[in-house]
Amino acid sequence: MSRLSVKKTYKLYIGGAFPRSESGRTYEAEGHNVARASRKDARDAVRAARAAFPGWAGATAYNRGQVLYRLAEMMEARAADLEAACTGRAEVDAAIDRTVWYAGWTDKLSQVLGGSNPVAGPYFDFTVPEPTGVVAILAPAEPPLLGLVSRVLPALAGGNVVVAVASEAHPVAAVELAEAVATSDFPAGVVNLLTGSADELAPWLAAHMDVNAIDLTGVEGSTAELERAATENVKRVARSSADAQSPYEIEAFLEYKTVWHPIGV
Amino acid sequence: MAQVEKRGANLPATFEWEYAPAPEARDIVQLQERYGLFIGGQEVEPRSGEWFGSVSPSTEETLFEVAQAGEEDVALAVEAARDAFRNGWSELAASERSKYLFRIARIIQERSRELAVAESLDGGKPIRESRDVDIPLAAAHFFYYAGWADKLEYAFPGRNPQPLGVAAQIIPWNFPLLMLSWKIAPALACGNTVVLKPAETTPLSAMIFADICRQAELPPGVVNLVTGDGTTGGYLVQNEGIDKLAFTGSTEVGKLIMRELAGRDVRATMELGGKAANIVFDDAALDQAVEGIVNGIYFNQGHVCCAGSRLLVQESIYEPLLEKLKRRLTTLRVGDPLDKNTDVGAINSKAQLEKIRELVASGEEEGAEIFQPECRLPERGYWFVPTLFTNVAQSYRIAQEEIFGPVLSVLTFRTPEEAVEKANNTPYGLSAGVWTEKGSRILWMVERLRAGVVWANTYNRFDPTSPFGGYKESGFGREGGRHGLAPYLRFDE
Repeated sequence: MSRLSVKKTYKLYIGGAFPRSESGRTYEAEGHNVARASRKDARDAVRAARAAFPGWAGATAYNRGQVLYRLAEMMEARAADLEAACTGRAEVDAAIDRTVWYAGWTDKLSQVLGGSNPVAGPYFDFTVPEPTGVVAILAPAEPPLLGLVSRVLPALAGGNVVVAVASEAHPVAAVELAEAVATSDFPAGVVNLLTGSADELAPWLAAHMDVNAIDLTGVEGSTAELERAATENVKRVARSSADAQSPYEIEAFLEYKTVWHPIGV
Repeated sequence: MAQVEKRGANLPATFEWEYAPAPEARDIVQLQERYGLFIGGQEVEPRSGEWFGSVSPSTEETLFEVAQAGEEDVALAVEAARDAFRNGWSELAASERSKYLFRIARIIQERSRELAVAESLDGGKPIRESRDVDIPLAAAHFFYYAGWADKLEYAFPGRNPQPLGVAAQIIPWNFPLLMLSWKIAPALACGNTVVLKPAETTPLSAMIFADICRQAELPPGVVNLVTGDGTTGGYLVQNEGIDKLAFTGSTEVGKLIMRELAGRDVRATMELGGKAANIVFDDAALDQAVEGIVNGIYFNQGHVCCAGSRLLVQESIYEPLLEKLKRRLTTLRVGDPLDKNTDVGAINSKAQLEKIRELVASGEEEGAEIFQPECRLPERGYWFVPTLFTNVAQSYRIAQEEIFGPVLSVLTFRTPEEAVEKANNTPYGLSAGVWTEKGSRILWMVERLRAGVVWANTYNRFDPTSPFGGYKESGFGREGGRHGLAPYLRFDE
């Protein structure tokens, strides 16, 4: 007799757990029933992210680098599952390599982007990059895995915490990625992945007063309404491409802090 | 320590130090009766046909008339800037661009006394500040960015930095020439051309700057100046020809501008309001801390976006610190901005004075205890006595809202964690101060304060090499340093 397989339920990833949408809604995508996140799920994700922020931002850059590298290891181990959820092995390889690339950036940012400032007076003055905080990401529709990784990894490398909305048409890669994240030593809440309707969730994230930055890369058409909503708490608005890879992608989610201290005896 | 003589309930003695008047001569500024707009290298009459008077806040006299630029005037200025960008400025050898900026820096130094007097006359700030802070820093800013103009590829290796085009810039009235310099110097260094709107109440130093541009033989249209009130700023923001908008001002207006820019291909930097905490630990050098607190909030009448307007004092030193601070307040000299002995000048405008009064009244109504030293104020002009509030709850408006005046709210804390919590408990994040003799504690605080500038054992220091700008609702983008170039460049990687 043939064995009946155990089928996976595709759920959200919030605060280190895999809940269904509180709304109970699902939608069909890529032959699966996928959770359709609600406004309340988005709110829960922001709350989980905020709670995780001090720990992640305060971790050493070396530690953050190792956690990101661990993610690459887990992705490699799950390459077959990821491959089935995206355009193929080449996309998986590119996503893993990009993750490794960003893992190596965490402890280089302050030297590449910051520095000391030669002020005209008896003061030591230096500038360091710091994470912005909670970053909401509207992931590109395609490619489903690499597009998501290309936007989420720079935010994480800089020490931010993330609430990302997966590609609406191709959400399965995000769920597979969430499973890799969950086994990668990320503290709960650092990465939160939502599936569902980007059009429905984006306005709530853009207007949320506890979201510090929003990445509109995945928004098709005019972003004017979202930008207007983002002004309410002076959110940083980022826009890039699904395939960008550079330290300036990280910089888009950084603040610069300048510190002065007198020199004397 | 000398015993402080007390008069009344906890009031320290007022010092009766007599000073002979020491006014700076104002005739070094040759005021025109009227100042037109500076467009395409010419002083032109406004097409709007409208003018308004610029009032000296220390005497309430109308000093001169200045043009109120209308929509058409703003459009002409943007066109002039576009022409200058296309026809010469963007192709000019970067080393030549650099030399124009060096020239401007030198002329500002040469005309520094004239500019300092103009600044104090028009804006009400003490001559000691305009002479020793505003004008030297303005010159230094041009000098610093002059050197960057032909070195941009070293600032951004491998990124092929290119100018954006026409930069629209809107500046506030608290540091008129200095804010103009913070805006114009990096914009020109990066190869952009500029349309700048000075603040409604302080156009004079910008009008002198127009003359400096001519003196430096800057090509016509590279810098254009449109004076006017908020409606002029609105026309500039709405103009379709701008590539960049840089704004320094209130968070409220900043949000309005960002709403206008939503969906448009205009790069923005915003330097907005603040409600900075100045945090004093029990091991701080108290006398130095008192000077830092005074410099933090009474410098420039408190018209400073990064002013240390909330004093957080560790409970164990609350009483000795407050006694020293109140005593120091009684020695501040409020009065004629042109007098070299003046510490606190005039409030910039009648409207600002009313705003300060309204917020101070709210502090008293909400239950805070007010302290103001005895002070003889001039009969004419807009003045506000340096003020300190104790018994302030975090929820009071005077602890949450930017007053932009010489008003300090004092709160207390017990532990470093509580200090961080309270310091970060506003929507703003521009600056903060920390006073302690313990180095490791400074760095621990620095890591946790959500603010773009942290002054440790000092306050209100500025330098062209030092990036300045906010976290959270205090804005985004940096001015100063290498970081101050990026907002005026695009990268063709």
